[in-house]
Amino acid sequence: MDKFSHLTATAAPLNLANVDTDKIIPARFLKTIKRTGLGKDLFSALRYNDDGTEKPDFVLNQAKYRGAQILIAGENFGCGSSREHAPWALLDFGIRCVIAPSFADIFHGNCFKNGILPIALPPEICAQLMADAALGHNARLTIDLENQVVVRPDGTKIPFEVDAFRKHCLLNGLDDIGLTLAHAPAIDAYEAKMPAWQPAITGV
Amino acid sequence: MTAKTLFDKIWDAHVVDRMADGTCVLYIDRHLVHEVTSPQAFEGLRLAGRKVRRTDATIAVADHNVPTEDRSHGIAEPESRLQVDTLVRNVAEFGVPYIPVTDARQGIVHIIGPELGLSLPGMTIVCGDSHTSTHGALGALAFGIGTSEVEHVLATQTLLQKPAKNMLVRVDGTLPPGCTAKDIILAIIGKIGTAGGTGHVIEYAGEAIRALDMAGRMTVCNMSIEAGARAGLIAPDETTFAYIAGRPYAPKGGALEQAVAYWRTLPTDAGAQYDKTVVLNATEIAPQVSWGTSPEAVVPITGAVPDPDAEPDDARRAQLRRMLDYMGLAAGQKLAGLPVDVVFIGSCTNARIEDLRAAAAIAAGRHVAAHVRALVVPGSGLVKAQAESEGLDKIFLDAGFEWREAGCSMCLGMNPDKLTAGQRCASTSNRNFEGRQGPGGRTHLLSPAMAAAAAITGALTDVREFS
Ligand code: SF4
Repeated sequence: MDKFSHLTATAAPLNLANVDTDKIIPARFLKTIKRTGLGKDLFSALRYNDDGTEKPDFVLNQAKYRGAQILIAGENFGCGSSREHAPWALLDFGIRCVIAPSFADIFHGNCFKNGILPIALPPEICAQLMADAALGHNARLTIDLENQVVVRPDGTKIPFEVDAFRKHCLLNGLDDIGLTLAHAPAIDAYEAKMPAWQPAITGV
Repeated sequence: MTAKTLFDKIWDAHVVDRMADGTCVLYIDRHLVHEVTSPQAFEGLRLAGRKVRRTDATIAVADHNVPTEDRSHGIAEPESRLQVDTLVRNVAEFGVPYIPVTDARQGIVHIIGPELGLSLPGMTIVCGDSHTSTHGALGALAFGIGTSEVEHVLATQTLLQKPAKNMLVRVDGTLPPGCTAKDIILAIIGKIGTAGGTGHVIEYAGEAIRALDMAGRMTVCNMSIEAGARAGLIAPDETTFAYIAGRPYAPKGGALEQAVAYWRTLPTDAGAQYDKTVVLNATEIAPQVSWGTSPEAVVPITGAVPDPDAEPDDARRAQLRRMLDYMGLAAGQKLAGLPVDVVFIGSCTNARIEDLRAAAAIAAGRHVAAHVRALVVPGSGLVKAQAESEGLDKIFLDAGFEWREAGCSMCLGMNPDKLTAGQRCASTSNRNFEGRQGPGGRTHLLSPAMAAAAAITGALTDVREFS
């Protein structure tokens, strides 16, 4: 996983509530057996016409937002399925940070596993950042994870909350599995005491 | 001792280790694997030189991509075939038990877990699929995970998690005739919204929930994720124990007695606190139908499409306008009588034998409207066989429904069963997102009986008029 510490980039405004994972990446693109290459299909239905040409009105099709690395969105972003293809598609497009009033749980967790920082901020602050983002590449936001602040184009700093453990993993690009394997003796001890009624799956 | 909820008890029994900040190493008893969210996880294991820690706690099945027509000749679509073949290769390499596509027990992962006795009360159960919440109907803590976590469970049989908050949804009273578990859960989502359960595990309780059979409880828990909750739970009781006894992988004899004795200790203690409580009265629930592209956009079949102009919040108003535009509906339009092109009876929400019986009861002796294509897709090969032994296939075929092989099918259209742009579908599945059942397709969520009624009349219909 790529480390995340400091990011100064263009933010794209996507002022829609309840952006679901089917909208982020429709099911027909889930047939891949790889993690990469999904960026071209990100927001497919919003981004492309039926004939495959781009919809010029869609935010990420506008020249000033093509290089956006931050997305500002409406409440309950990422609701729906557990597909990690959603953060993979965002990451492959270049998005490293999503700011919204709230996130769906599974999507929120999946972001951290892929070096994407989801930041939840009150709706009125998101509205200010949405206005900043509307200025395009004239207004870049800075995300400072170490100090937990978003810096607006005018220099104002907005503090945000992030889970301490997840912050530590992001800052250091740590792999969860490696961390958990350090608890192997505790896992062994737990398994040794497991109740006998739990049937093993054998002979399928 | 402090009073604990059902969730607290299962959680506490599975904590392997707790870190200073409260993050827990949580033990996972069952891991269900399917073809869509696992290839990258197995690839990760391979790259790191890791093994599957407990193959005897893991089971794999292909369900999302499989065609629902005769598949003895394999899968025609190359990408779907690659994904299923990749699963077959991975389970062979890592020694994971696998139910082949042609096996009679193949089916939707959330249908076969309970059906085979693999999902049991008090367990932690995960799958790379958000509708893992279904298994909570047995009194198990069951939730969906992403592919990184699939890899994590394969390698360690644990997850790094913090406990969720407790939410109680109590449904008092008796459900009126014509209403089902599907109407209960749609009414709950309509009331609390798609983010109403975010950060929480929902425990469903109350007279109307206790009265449900296991199929109905699974329908309710299945759509917990549509209410934003990670998991849904129903305390195990005699209905649960009777359902489990005799299932192929369920404990037997003395082991079952030992298990039941433990399961009886699981229900929430008197006086336990919930972080949030919502109460509904079942007697006020009418058959539900969704009108928009979010499961919270739902009304009774007697209702009408709302007016976006009445919504004060900008982002929500924009979303409502987009929904009406996408669905081809006007503000104030009545739902009853709206013509449909396709009817889909299936999915992990509503493709158990009880669901098919309810639909067949409406279809018997009637015929699907001339302009409608209606599909019945059983949730598993065993459900299909049971339905055929009861003659339900014949009822459906005589009425003009298609009778298919088990799989996810038109719930998400990863196989050839898809809506075409503009088609309107009455569907017993769980999501009505834009393009969910095929690009441009329009989904109305409802119960199996309501879906069958829509197939017969060719339009959204109040099933109570069919009694
Ligand atoms: S039936 Fe639908 S919701 Fe259920 S697992 Fe399959 S695709 Fe997911």
